[in-house]
This record gives sequence, C-alpha cells and structure tokens, in this order.
Amino acid sequence: MSESIRKSFGIPRFKLPAFVCAVGKRLPQWPHAVLLTTGLNAVLKMKLLPEDSLALLEGRSFLVDVLDTGGRACFTYRDGLFRPLFSLPDVPDLTFGANLSAFLQLALRQEDPDTLFFNRDLSIEGDTELGLVVKNMLDAVEWPKLPALPVFHRQAVDH
Amino acid sequence: MLHEKSPELVCPAGSLAALRAAVDNGADAVYFGYKNDTNARNFAGLNFDHKAMVEGIRYAHTHGKQVLMAINTFPQPGREADWRRAVDGAADLGVDAVILADIGLLDYARKRHPDLRLHLSVQGSATSYEAVNFAHREFGVRRAVLPRVLTLAQVELVIRNTPVEIEVFGFGSLCVMNEGRCWLSSYATGESPNTVGACSPAKYVKWEKSPGQMSTRLNGILIDRYGDGEAAGYPTLCKGRFEVGGEIYYAMEEPTSLNVLEILPEIARIGVSAIKVEGRQRSPTYVAQVTRTLRAALDELSRDADHFKARPAWQAELGKVSEGVQATLGAYNRPWR
Repeated sequence: MSESIRKSFGIPRFKLPAFVCAVGKRLPQWPHAVLLTTGLNAVLKMKLLPEDSLALLEGRSFLVDVLDTGGRACFTYRDGLFRPLFSLPDVPDLTFGANLSAFLQLALRQEDPDTLFFNRDLSIEGDTELGLVVKNMLDAVEWPKLPALPVFHRQAVDH
Repeated sequence: MLHEKSPELVCPAGSLAALRAAVDNGADAVYFGYKNDTNARNFAGLNFDHKAMVEGIRYAHTHGKQVLMAINTFPQPGREADWRRAVDGAADLGVDAVILADIGLLDYARKRHPDLRLHLSVQGSATSYEAVNFAHREFGVRRAVLPRVLTLAQVELVIRNTPVEIEVFGFGSLCVMNEGRCWLSSYATGESPNTVGACSPAKYVKWEKSPGQMSTRLNGILIDRYGDGEAAGYPTLCKGRFEVGGEIYYAMEEPTSLNVLEILPEIARIGVSAIKVEGRQRSPTYVAQVTRTLRAALDELSRDADHFKARPAWQAELGKVSEGVQATLGAYNRPWR
C-alpha cells in the first residue's frame, strides 16, 4: 500500500501537547470505534486476513488507546465482522496503547511493532497470546500494490 | 577451505510479506517454517501453510534466491511422524535445503531424500569441527550454523578443519545462547523451543502496567521491572533481572542484539559462507530494514574489502531495531574462552 508514500513522508516520533488529550478525552469516543471497525471490515472484505487467525479473535474485546489524543476505540470480532463496543468492558481482553505517531508508523509499516515495544513506544496489556495473534495477523497482510503515485515522488525530489 | 568471497545473506521470513521483503531488499536466501511445532518459532499467527510456502518458493526462485526450511525442533515421543512429514513436505516443495537439529531426523532425511541438501541448525549445538565433521560424515550435512558462543578465532578454527560450509549469526536478538540445550523456558513454563517450538510462549507472559513502571511475568515469575521510558526486552528468564547476593541485576544475559557490521571483513576473510539474520517472529518492516542494511554493507565489502568501514547510518538503522537498544559483537570478540 504505502511504499511510495512511506518513502516520501517519514512519520517522525512525536507527542501531541497535553491539551489535545485533555480535549480529546471529553469528546465522544464512539466515532473512533466506528471508523476503525469500518476500516478493519474493509480489509476483511478484501480477504487479506487469514481465517485461522480470525477464528481466535471471536468474541474477544479490544481497546486501541491513542494516549496523546485521548481517543479510544473499543471493538470486538463476532460472526465474521468487527463491531464497535459502545460501552467499555472493565478489562478488555487486549489493549494496545501508544501515541498517535507510533500508531501511524505502524500503519504505514515504517516501524516494526517489536522495535516500538522495546523502545516503550507501544504497550500491550491483557492476553499476550491474543496480542501476538493480532500482531502477526497484521504483519502478514499483503497490501495490494497501488500504482506508483508520481505526485509523491515529485515532492520527495523537491525536498 | 578458505574462500574470500562475500558471505551469503540469509534472512528470516515469518510470513509471505516478510519473505517478499527479504527478497526485495537483497537477501541471497530466506528461511521459513511450517505453522506448527516442527520449528523453533512456533508462535500464534506466524509461519507458513502449504499454499503460502508454494507461493514463497515461487517468488524467491523467480528472483534467483534460495529458500531454506527450518525443521529445527526435536521430534516428541510418539509424534516422530509429524517431523518426518515435514521433511517429506520440504522435499516435495523443492526447497533448496532443510535446516535440521535432531540426529534421528537428519538420518531419516539422508536415507529417504538423498538429494535433499541438509544444513545443521544452530539448535544442533555443534560448536567444534569434530561435531560438524561428524554430521558431514554420517548425514552428508553441507552447511552448519554455529551457535553464538564462539569467538571469531574459534569460528576460524572450525572453518579451517572442515569441508562443511559455515554459517554464523550476523544480526538479531541474543539470549543466553545455550542453543539446543537450553531448558530455562521449560523450568518456568514446562515448554521450551526444543519441545513446543517456542521460548517463553506468549500464553505464559503478562505485561503489567502500574504508575511509573511495567512488570513482566512469565508463568507468574517476575522477570523484570522497567521504569517508564526504560528499554524493554523479550520476556525470557535469561534476560531477567534477579536478586543475587543482595543485588538486583541481569544475572545471566542482558537484553541485547548481535551486530557484526564492524567485523564483516574479518568474517569474510576467515571464510564464513553465510551470515544469518535472526527474527522470524518480527515484522516485514524489520526484515526489510535489516536486510537492506546488511546488503549495502556486504556490497561495499565486496567492492573494497581493504577500506571497508561500517557506516554510522547502517549502525543507526540496526541499532534502532535492536532488542534492549544496544548492539554488541556477542562472543565473537571475547578475550576469554
């Protein structure tokens, strides 16, 4: 997906100022979960996630906690779909916590999850084995190759 | 047998995406394993099913690269057939070599598939040329991967006294490196790489966060406590901090990564045939970063070995992905034996 984009726009390690989190925490959280599950379901539809790993997610609760934006997305996987959870479970089965920059670096495959974990930029709490299933499942995704985007290349040369 | 050509670069693949990353970034060979306990990286969601193997081999071979299959755990009593099936599968798939540790399995492979190229896994724990030559004489082993306990001088001694190609580790996480003989994980959990194909299996691991610190437990045993911002490592007993004689410290091994960039010219000079990158459990991103860096270094080495110098940018790239965020030469440069 992102090779051409990634080369041009490296995501630096950053942390948003504290007021972003203070405001973010007061905003409704459900849109994050709706957005994230919509994205995950699109990936599902493209058959990019292996069935055997998906089966291990059935009925488990996941929390993605973006520490510096105060945004949290809670969801589950049930009957073949990722579904938002509108009320947070007391203890989700698995929680990924990181600042926005680390999540972006992961999403664009700029950094390796273990690297971020060693550097304490990513935390995993809850069922560690479930965390490994999710990590390995996302690592194994082969994004369809997008055509090279000349606009990005040009910008890269300009800089 | 000394051959002063640049060593081959052997890179890890825990998924098809990682295999492609290795091939695309300059690996000469990739190694992978089945999605089961016949290999020592048997983690949930990792490794290859038959279909992925077929595609992976096709991709690598199309690009002129080799594929090695790791079947490097020890057959468990009553289930020997599973390991034999894995060897048969490797032969059917047409991999370029299998990496085996168990003597019985080496014997089976040799007799059943005489044309299948055999590599002795690091888990086979051959540290002397006598051991390597035994594997050569008895099973026709063509390459041996040396455990990470030898100094460079000892590696050279092995190479000078064997017709078998020698592969050494070039980059990746270090452990206590009692490879193929380590039971620390079993001590804590009842399971180890030799038996289930995983060191410190994830189901026994708990990361507990509390204000200002993170604790790691393996089957309830406190392995380590990290302050906020302090680099973390894999949750293995050998890399834990324990109280010994009233002091708390890394009693066995610190979380570190091996990095041989600095001594690449020496490694080539003594005739090492291949250097291996550890990390089938890591992402395609890691594989791409490490492969690309070592490829650049090896290319520079073959252009001008006399003036080779590890570039700061390479060191920075490898340093970044290191466990414990420190890289060492491991045993290669230890003065003691």
